[in-house]
Amino acid sequence: MGYALNFNLIWRHFDKLWGGLLLSLELAVISIAIGIVIGLVLAVWYVSAGRVVRAVIAAYVEFIRNVPLILLVYLVFYGLPTVVDIAYSAQTSFIATLSLYSGAYLVEVFRSGLEAVPRGQIDAGKAIGLTPWQRLIHVRLPTMLRITLPALSNTFLSLFKDTSVASVISVPELTYGAQWINFNTFRIVEVYLVVTAMYLLTGYVLLFALRLVERRFRAAR
Amino acid sequence: MLGQILYALPFLAEGFALTLWVSLLVVVLSLIAGVLMGVGLVYGPVPLRWAVRIFSDTIRGIPILVLIFFVYYGLPAVGVHLQSFWAAVLALTLFKTAQVVEYLRGAVASIPKGQSEAAMAIGLTFRQRLAYVIFPQAFRRFLPPWINGVTDAVKGSALVSLLGITDLMQAINQVIGRTYEAMPLYIFGALVYFAVNYALSLASRRLERRFSFIRE
Repeated sequence: MGYALNFNLIWRHFDKLWGGLLLSLELAVISIAIGIVIGLVLAVWYVSAGRVVRAVIAAYVEFIRNVPLILLVYLVFYGLPTVVDIAYSAQTSFIATLSLYSGAYLVEVFRSGLEAVPRGQIDAGKAIGLTPWQRLIHVRLPTMLRITLPALSNTFLSLFKDTSVASVISVPELTYGAQWINFNTFRIVEVYLVVTAMYLLTGYVLLFALRLVERRFRAAR
Repeated sequence: MLGQILYALPFLAEGFALTLWVSLLVVVLSLIAGVLMGVGLVYGPVPLRWAVRIFSDTIRGIPILVLIFFVYYGLPAVGVHLQSFWAAVLALTLFKTAQVVEYLRGAVASIPKGQSEAAMAIGLTFRQRLAYVIFPQAFRRFLPPWINGVTDAVKGSALVSLLGITDLMQAINQVIGRTYEAMPLYIFGALVYFAVNYALSLASRRLERRFSFIRE
């Protein structure tokens, strides 16, 4: 083999990785926040809409889910500005892409969550004289959120990993930092070992925290 | 605009063929490796179980892109020289194998314990139990998520374009580099990927319905 591990150069450039990790988290958090709004609006619309609207929402969901993320990233960053008169930074473009991407997955999550709200709860809401809007805000959405919380945290964890694709348009997140160190110091094995550990550790910390939140808000049996 | 796409069509078709070839290799290799490791995870001795568990959790815990770079740049550094094509296939296969392991574990776990005990009671050996009792039943549980997961292999294969392999994604980028027709070509590419993956997810849904007669 003849490859001696030497982590010194990694530690010297660790700010690239640490800053990258924070940016990855930031991208994931902003994207899922926008994605949740997209998902909620479209899911609520979907369950009460007619056939045409349903078909349009379903088309959006199926399109996003069946196309590679990297292609969507290219399409929004390199493609869209050639036909529409907009200019944005790579980071903004990536957030837009990942929001649309997570939105598509979350529509599905929320839609099945809304359908899983027990009929009796909605009837009870009617019985105490709540308007349809009040039933949505005070009965259906809170129960739906409790039901979908585990799926929501799984989506967030996979979004956190998906932020690595931002490196292809030079957004300096964690994977980009890894490549920078890879190309500039050639401590290849070391940098990817460290980055693997960083992704794993962050993922498990997030998982643990989200499971705690889930336990706190678990749907009442 | 359409003319540009038509002119580039043979080149794009070659890229598409490579995308399918990579996906096929990854799907077949990961199926073999994943089933073997999955059996090891469920029935193996404790050290083997731990090894498979750590393998699967590590691979599923990191972005596939990191895995691809790790394999592509890391292997030559430790003296293993693979063509970039095979490095890409290896990385994607590792990723997919971890998924297959989990599908298999879930499918086997869904078979009631009584089945295995009954098979033992009539004197079947371990291999016979797997072949005649567990696998035929677990198969129905395994198939729908597995086919659905094939779309992940097709989508993941687009990342090999970053290693300079001319798959569909890379072919599209190259044609754009020549024609500057970014939007039509990206949309064309998205539609091609969509067609393949949507067909696969329809097949998965149909199989799921076909196998939904299983009683709990």
